[in-house]
Amino acid sequence: MKRFVNVLKLFFLVAGSACMLHACTAPKAYQKIYLNDAEMELAPKKIEKFEMNSQGYREGASGANGGKTGGGCGCN
Amino acid sequence: MVAKQEADAAVTDQRIKKIMRKLSLAVIGMYVGILSAFAQSPADSSLYKNKKLKVSEINFVTGYYHQDGNRSPVTGGIGTEKLSDIATTLEIKLNKYDGRNRKREISFELGVDHYTSASSDNIDPHTISSASYADTRIYPTLSYGIINEQKGTAINFIGSYSSEFDYQSVGAGIGFTKTSKDKNRDFSVKLQAYLDNLKVILPVELRTGTQGRGDQNYSTAGRNSYSTSFTFSQVINTKLQLALLADMVYQSGYLSTPFHRIYFADGSETNEKLPSSRLKIPLGLRLNYFLGDKFIFRTYYRYYHGDWGLNANTFNIEVPVKITPFISISPFYRFYSQNGVKYFAPYKGHSAAEEFYTTDDDLSKFNSNFEGAGIRIVPPGGLFGSKNFNSLELRYGHYNRNDGLHSDIITLALKFK
Repeated sequence: MKRFVNVLKLFFLVAGSACMLHACTAPKAYQKIYLNDAEMELAPKKIEKFEMNSQGYREGASGANGGKTGGGCGCN
Repeated sequence: MVAKQEADAAVTDQRIKKIMRKLSLAVIGMYVGILSAFAQSPADSSLYKNKKLKVSEINFVTGYYHQDGNRSPVTGGIGTEKLSDIATTLEIKLNKYDGRNRKREISFELGVDHYTSASSDNIDPHTISSASYADTRIYPTLSYGIINEQKGTAINFIGSYSSEFDYQSVGAGIGFTKTSKDKNRDFSVKLQAYLDNLKVILPVELRTGTQGRGDQNYSTAGRNSYSTSFTFSQVINTKLQLALLADMVYQSGYLSTPFHRIYFADGSETNEKLPSSRLKIPLGLRLNYFLGDKFIFRTYYRYYHGDWGLNANTFNIEVPVKITPFISISPFYRFYSQNGVKYFAPYKGHSAAEEFYTTDDDLSKFNSNFEGAGIRIVPPGGLFGSKNFNSLELRYGHYNRNDGLHSDIITLALKFK
């Protein structure tokens, strides 16, 4: 539980820092050629869908990846 | 004489000035004309919004998965885990703009999985090939979104259904996203609920009376899952962006798998028994970085905590390399580590006096490695001469768990626009 609380603290520290980052540099729309690349998307690729599904069955942990978080199948 | 020459010079100067003025006006007129001609088209296209419903994207994904191992919980923590699965999904996305210039997006996805499982066949090993040897799962999903690009808001409604021989599920969800004005930051929240119903299929030797003699004689049980997901994403600079993900999932009902056998240390037998509620809290971080013009680093870390005592760490890195602007090769590696749930013990490791017990190795302590590579082709004029055939991806991965389970997966994804 202590470990979980420490990870939670670190998570909110990163989240807080990220929230403040917008004040530093804010790329304009025309500067986003790299960010707009399909490979830069902040989500799993569609082709990873079945891998994530099998990992949901074969592993005890799931979620926090924008996909399913439990239910809807006989997985863990 | 001198005065006449001066007068002539003054007249000539005036004429030159007049000509210059006319020329200047003509040049300015031409410039304004050209400018307005160029300005005309983007202004028109930016104002144009398609009011008719049209297909915006079609995604077809198909994959083959095969695994093998020797610790199946169907046979009490020993025995084959051989399983093969062919999965296919087809997603069709449609959109249109309404009278208030809001984008309406409808997405329909149909998934079909067909698996054969040697371990499931051991639920009733007396049959040559029982119904549980193979099964097909069908799962349609419908989502409807309203996107206000001017306000930077989006709301999304999701409905889903999943059906296989012993498992039915109905799901519903709602999501809301707010994007900042400069589009460098967004925050989204999603609420989902799955109401599942499963047939309580016991190992054949534990059945009593007419139970399991025909499909109608299985008792059923409910399993409900409720989840809240938060995502915050932030552009850090022109080549780096991150996303923070946090979920909270609560499950209640029949959370055991009824056909998982338990052989107690004293030799007696029963089936798996797990608590009727479970809380899962995964926290994730994605960090994507574009290095130079050719390399992209896609990284992901997740910490998972669950109230069954399971804690896990996941680290994933994928490095797409742009061989050309339209072809990329993506090697990837994933490391996963978990401690077991407190209710796990291996074959004949449990005592009958315990309240909960499982021999499912998926809930035991292990590490796993998953590595492979993918190729993505996105030619500017489309694939195979069709401009609508947008992209083709092929990906292979090998999974290896330190308890002996190993699997291979190959997936093909096609996108049409």
